[in-house]
Amino acid sequence: MTVHSKATAQQKSIGPIGLALHVFNALGAAVLGFLEKTGSFSIFVGRAVAHCFMPPFFGKQLLRQLIDIGYYSLPVVGMTAIFTGMVLALQSHTGFSRFNAEGAVAGVVALSMTRELAPVLAGLMVAGRVGASIAAEIATMRVTEQIDALTTLSVNPFKYLIAPRLIAATLMMPILVLIGDIIGIFGGYVVAIYNLGFSQGSYLSQTWDILETMDVVSGLVKAGVFGFIVAMLGCYHGFNSQRGAQGVGAATTNAVVSSSIMILIFNYILTQVFFS
Amino acid sequence: MSKTKLKLSGVRKAFGSNHVLNGVDLEVESGKSLVVIGGSGTGKSVMLKCVLGLLQPDSGSIKVDGQETVGLSANDRGEVMRKFGMLFQGGALFDSMTVWENVAFGLIQGRGMARNEAQAIAIEKITAVGLSADVGNLYPAEISGGMQKRVGLARVVATAPEIIFFDEPTTGLDPIMADVINDLIVDQVNDLGATALSITHDMASARKIADYVAMIHEGQIVWHGKVGDLDHSGNEYVDQFIHGRADGPITRRAA
Repeated sequence: MTVHSKATAQQKSIGPIGLALHVFNALGAAVLGFLEKTGSFSIFVGRAVAHCFMPPFFGKQLLRQLIDIGYYSLPVVGMTAIFTGMVLALQSHTGFSRFNAEGAVAGVVALSMTRELAPVLAGLMVAGRVGASIAAEIATMRVTEQIDALTTLSVNPFKYLIAPRLIAATLMMPILVLIGDIIGIFGGYVVAIYNLGFSQGSYLSQTWDILETMDVVSGLVKAGVFGFIVAMLGCYHGFNSQRGAQGVGAATTNAVVSSSIMILIFNYILTQVFFS
Repeated sequence: MSKTKLKLSGVRKAFGSNHVLNGVDLEVESGKSLVVIGGSGTGKSVMLKCVLGLLQPDSGSIKVDGQETVGLSANDRGEVMRKFGMLFQGGALFDSMTVWENVAFGLIQGRGMARNEAQAIAIEKITAVGLSADVGNLYPAEISGGMQKRVGLARVVATAPEIIFFDEPTTGLDPIMADVINDLIVDQVNDLGATALSITHDMASARKIADYVAMIHEGQIVWHGKVGDLDHSGNEYVDQFIHGRADGPITRRAA
């Protein structure tokens, strides 16, 4: 009997119970695969966080990452914030004028920027810039055996590569978002004053009056969490990259996509925690 | 009688249904050089990574100076790692650092040595492998493959390890450069009095750097003896491999 005819005979003899077993088998494999990935990620997060608090610390690496993640992300976060603030002023003015509520423009710009837009948009922009860069760099180091080389030179890759990136991203994101808040509100102010004819004094006083400490603090806490997510997922996908150029590409894509989705999910969760 | 520096007993490792190591038994005497030969995909690199702790064996024992290393805690593993040095197949130089920083990396980051002191040792090691001191200020991307191997070797010996692993040290090099690297390996290992474990399928390299040779096939050591006995081993796997014959037990089993 040929291999093909054996396979056909087997298919015929499967029947409804066999088919159900096949479906459960596939389902079970998928569930086990998911649990394995979740477990592996949880262990990775645990190890990474633990190494942030255990000596030795690589200060020079941390400084480099603070500059890379914080300082070099300023232009992209600043540009995103200023145009978002400007568009927000224009759109809210157009919408609110239908209800003769143009006076709410300043408050809408301030609250939207500090609570939601600055942290979320900065998070997404940093995920694209920093998350991709972290994943690509670490994945390339994995592919070219540089991570193995670190281990053989008695340097723990979690301490040397991952901990500085995690700390830097978690610390720098709130600073970036605070600057983004100021720039975004300034963008709305410029459009409101020079385009929509608002008076400088009333716009600023409305902005100041409506803003509460919690509005700014909630955005900064979100920013810290988003920074942690971006760095952690960048490191995780880079560190567990498959071999070859394709592996590096996949690690980079997965890092950006997964961190963007996680930012949106955690944004909802944190908003619920802060404002429900 | 020589002391056993490294001993593997019944080491097994599988990736899913792919059983790569099927009970590897191997011993390396202190101060001797053992070369493991074998075709691609026979488990050479996996064996090396198990010894280095980069992979965890499924079962078996790996002893260094009589100390069991399988299942060691992270701290104890760190102590054992200080005895090791490794020359990677592709060099594995850190491309964000200059050549001298690469060579000094293990001293500065791994041993906490002062930067100036480590730089002096790095330059000494760079010249010891036949490169000029000026090369120390270049980046790995700015030097040739042969020079990268030399830098890799300088990085390995800079920390004066007790056991050095060489992963395909001559792969990708022309025959003359390969011979230069082989000579450097012999010189540096002898200078340090280190124990060496190499994996290769380059027979010229194996004959030059080995005191002992072992052949791995399908995840098991099928022959182990002195390098002088290689040509009359009486083992049909070794005979086929060292003569590069297409027909023989290795290819019959693979087919």
